Amino acid sequence: MAQKVALDIPDGVYVNLGIGMPELVADYVPAGREVIYHTENGLLGMGPAPEVGKEDPELINAGKKSITSIKGACFFHHADSFTMIRGRHIDICVLGALQVSQTGDLANWSTGEPGAVPSVGGAMDLVAGVKTIFVITQHTTKEGKSKIVESCTYPLTGKAVVNCIYTNLAIIDVKPDGLFVREMAPGICFDDLQKVTEARLNRYEY
Amino acid sequence: MINKIVKSAADAVADIFDGAIIMIGGFGNAGTPIELIHALIDQGAKDLTVVSNNTGSGQVGLAALIAHKRVRKMICSFPRTANSTVFPDLYTKGEIELELVPQGTLAERIRAGGAGIPAFYTPTSVNTPLAEGKEKRTFDGLTCVMEYGIKADFSLVKCEAADRYGNLVYNKTARNFGPVMCTAADVTIVQTRKIVELGEIDPECVVTPGIFVKRLVEIPKPADEAKLVAEDRRYPWS
Repeated sequence: MAQKVALDIPDGVYVNLGIGMPELVADYVPAGREVIYHTENGLLGMGPAPEVGKEDPELINAGKKSITSIKGACFFHHADSFTMIRGRHIDICVLGALQVSQTGDLANWSTGEPGAVPSVGGAMDLVAGVKTIFVITQHTTKEGKSKIVESCTYPLTGKAVVNCIYTNLAIIDVKPDGLFVREMAPGICFDDLQKVTEARLNRYEY
Repeated sequence: MINKIVKSAADAVADIFDGAIIMIGGFGNAGTPIELIHALIDQGAKDLTVVSNNTGSGQVGLAALIAHKRVRKMICSFPRTANSTVFPDLYTKGEIELELVPQGTLAERIRAGGAGIPAFYTPTSVNTPLAEGKEKRTFDGLTCVMEYGIKADFSLVKCEAADRYGNLVYNKTARNFGPVMCTAADVTIVQTRKIVELGEIDPECVVTPGIFVKRLVEIPKPADEAKLVAEDRRYPWS
């Protein structure tokens, strides 16, 4: 999945990677493409994890993991960092999801359960401000429920914000007239995919 | 003569009063002014409202301040992080208030507070539960919510180097909320790894201009919060 996302990241863009699975995308960007990674806690030009023993507690990413900075990187404070996000300067953001709806609504910050401690971080800023939002997620929950739904039952992060969904089963574009399957995993046919997907899927007509 | 340097962390936080609104810098373990927070625990002020991105980890720093029941309300974006149990436990029991704010809105509310801007509009959080009850306006077809600037009585911030005028430079991603928090409090208190002579910081490279800083205390070897948490340490030290 991370590899498929990476193939859709063009040369020369500024990218913010969410916490968890999205972080893996950086490992697969094809050679020859220069991509600058933004981490919202104040770094443009995030590099890979440091060697063991070379971690710096004051050099971390948004997921609070140790990172490195590349040559040409720069540090800045939080208001500048979110000026990059909210001012539409970041080209692509890759986020995880609890649910995505067929109109591109995203729910990824809270299951809304009573007693749960809600934590939102920068997710709402990212979906409101970044030009293109990619979602990377398993197609279904551990219990086999579709994460791509008619309408989200969990609290929203943003409405009509997702541009493309990358799952273990398919790549699905979110278009004004619905969800369109661009690619399926080997061995999966459209009817199989629709069976495990609550939202209505469409085929591209070539 | 201007000299913002004070002798100790205890002196720096001595006048923090019950009921104060306090901004505390840091993102995860990076940039938390842990020695200032520990001095505040010793000092005893209570009924505090704390503005900080997270709620601390383990039983040290901000988590220890919360564990000692000094904090009435947290204003933050991400209260539930790895190794963070103090806040979630009290919150679930209804013993602490939470105002949850998207991280960029939090940074901007602090920036606005420091810049004399009482409120602003942003599309962040529109159509989500966090926009409920907030004034909305549409600009060129874009629906926005109104958010208020935040001002504090005190800010506690950590930096890398400072001169006696209060000019500051930071270290890597430990900068995070520090510069905006310095601007938004009546009294900004900074712990610095080192004090340098006037002129040693290149004026082109000053990150926080000294006008925003009231007090400085030199803490040459600040504790590594992650290490304290890994060692299961508690403040006050037992």
